[in-house]
Amino acid sequence: MTDDPHGETHLDGNAAAGTLAELFTFDVTVAVGRCAGCGRVSTVADTRSYLDGPGMVVRCTGCDSVLLRVVSSPERTWLDLRGLAYLEVDHVTEG
Amino acid sequence: MSWRVARVSGLRDETPSARTLVLDVEDWPGHVAGQHVDIRLTAADGYTATRSYSIASAPDVERVEVTVERLDDGEVSPYLTRDVIVGDQLEVRGPIGGWFVWRPEEEAPVQLVGGGSGFVPLMSMVRTHAARSSSAPVRLVYSVRAPDAVLYAGELARPPGHVQVTYAYTRAVPEGWPDRPRRVDAELLAAATWPADRRPRSYVCGPTGFVEAVADLLVAAGHDPRTVRTERFGPTGGTR
Amino acid sequence: MGLISRGFTGRRREGAEDLPPGQYLTHDFPVLAAGPTQRVPTDDWKFTITTETGARHEWDWAAFTALPRDEVTVDLHCVTRWSKLHTDWEGVSLDTLLADVETSAHYALVESYGGYTTNLPLEDLTDGQAWVAFRYDGEDLDPEHGGPARLLVPHLYLWKSAKWVRGITLSDHDEPGFWESVGYHNYGDPWREQRYWE
Repeated sequence: MTDDPHGETHLDGNAAAGTLAELFTFDVTVAVGRCAGCGRVSTVADTRSYLDGPGMVVRCTGCDSVLLRVVSSPERTWLDLRGLAYLEVDHVTEG
Repeated sequence: MSWRVARVSGLRDETPSARTLVLDVEDWPGHVAGQHVDIRLTAADGYTATRSYSIASAPDVERVEVTVERLDDGEVSPYLTRDVIVGDQLEVRGPIGGWFVWRPEEEAPVQLVGGGSGFVPLMSMVRTHAARSSSAPVRLVYSVRAPDAVLYAGELARPPGHVQVTYAYTRAVPEGWPDRPRRVDAELLAAATWPADRRPRSYVCGPTGFVEAVADLLVAAGHDPRTVRTERFGPTGGTR
Repeated sequence: MGLISRGFTGRRREGAEDLPPGQYLTHDFPVLAAGPTQRVPTDDWKFTITTETGARHEWDWAAFTALPRDEVTVDLHCVTRWSKLHTDWEGVSLDTLLADVETSAHYALVESYGGYTTNLPLEDLTDGQAWVAFRYDGEDLDPEHGGPARLLVPHLYLWKSAKWVRGITLSDHDEPGFWESVGYHNYGDPWREQRYWE
């Protein structure tokens, strides 16, 4: 979007929700995660996501560490969560 | 979550560059205001392109409306805003996103701040608010580059009850407008948004730079960061 | 295959006889981002080669740009399926950078400002196959495309040509990089269409 004075290319975790919905039976973007890099705890939606590369990369808003990576081939998907110390998921299901 | 077939049942031009698609979706489960859908297009040779679009309509049984802003160098938006005709079928996945949502059961004051086509999910909130006769008071700040770029201008000219609308025109103002073109700044937010002590739920959506600037200003004005929800909105998957 | 969208073709996908399988031609230079664009001032820039014994060879910007440079015209093949032909670069050959480096290592791990990594056999960096490039199309390399300097290994998919390169660690064992550790092929030869783990 040309209105963006910062010229940055990231969106947020909301933008990753569609891809993640293919993998999980719950909405990962409302889960709370802890960054294994800086320890920041935040909702997955409240992160920075980069969708334009060979795969999807979700980064911590605090320290830019990689929290999550997703690569999809026509046959399968790889998910790397090593940047998340944990994910906390409420049992209350969305409507 | 699987792809569903959607039939285009209506088209509405909102501005010279934005069009609303009315989609009838098979087995649509309904949505919550603020959510989006992914739309997938497939070429005859199997090539596919998927993009996310915010839902503009209030929740409905099997109908969902999305508003698409045309990016001239885009791959999907020119097709959706120029080539699609009523009766065409598209593939849709959704509704998506449980974070940037507003539910009409919530009674706290609502603060909406939208920039450009990032206003679309906020319109779903405004329409949901009206459809459900919510008593939550709503204030809306809409940053837009020029009068002819305002989405849903007719509907916003007579906003349903409890919604107070403030425009910030960033490049060109309407004739007789008392202000110069301006960006949303601390002064405008202080005048047009709920003070922090009313403890509103704030929703900020727009381009990344806009969202980060506005969210920082709201927090600086004393709003609890946990009450400020943001959605960054922009093109993906292409050349800049 | 999904439902065909009537009349949708997507961005013009031009084939050409001399393209690797599954690729199409582009005339733009798409920017692919896995993270924030790094903006490294050349005053702070350093490039370091570290060998398997821990010996370090380091260049600052002045020393690096004083090295003999090559002008090369190469084809780029991105794993996201675009190829761009006949691109003009200036850079320092890895043969030059490795000339005084004593090593018997077989593998290289390339590291970038911002934390990106990619791995490849050392033999793919030598014999005129790879450069640390700092000019593109007659101009200083833009940060969006990896400036001030990026690796250029055009015979492999473009994710191996790390942007904002800061160093190479030589080792006796192969360590998968940023994409190679999550599904992308360890070697990435576009002519054998080595996109993903097999």
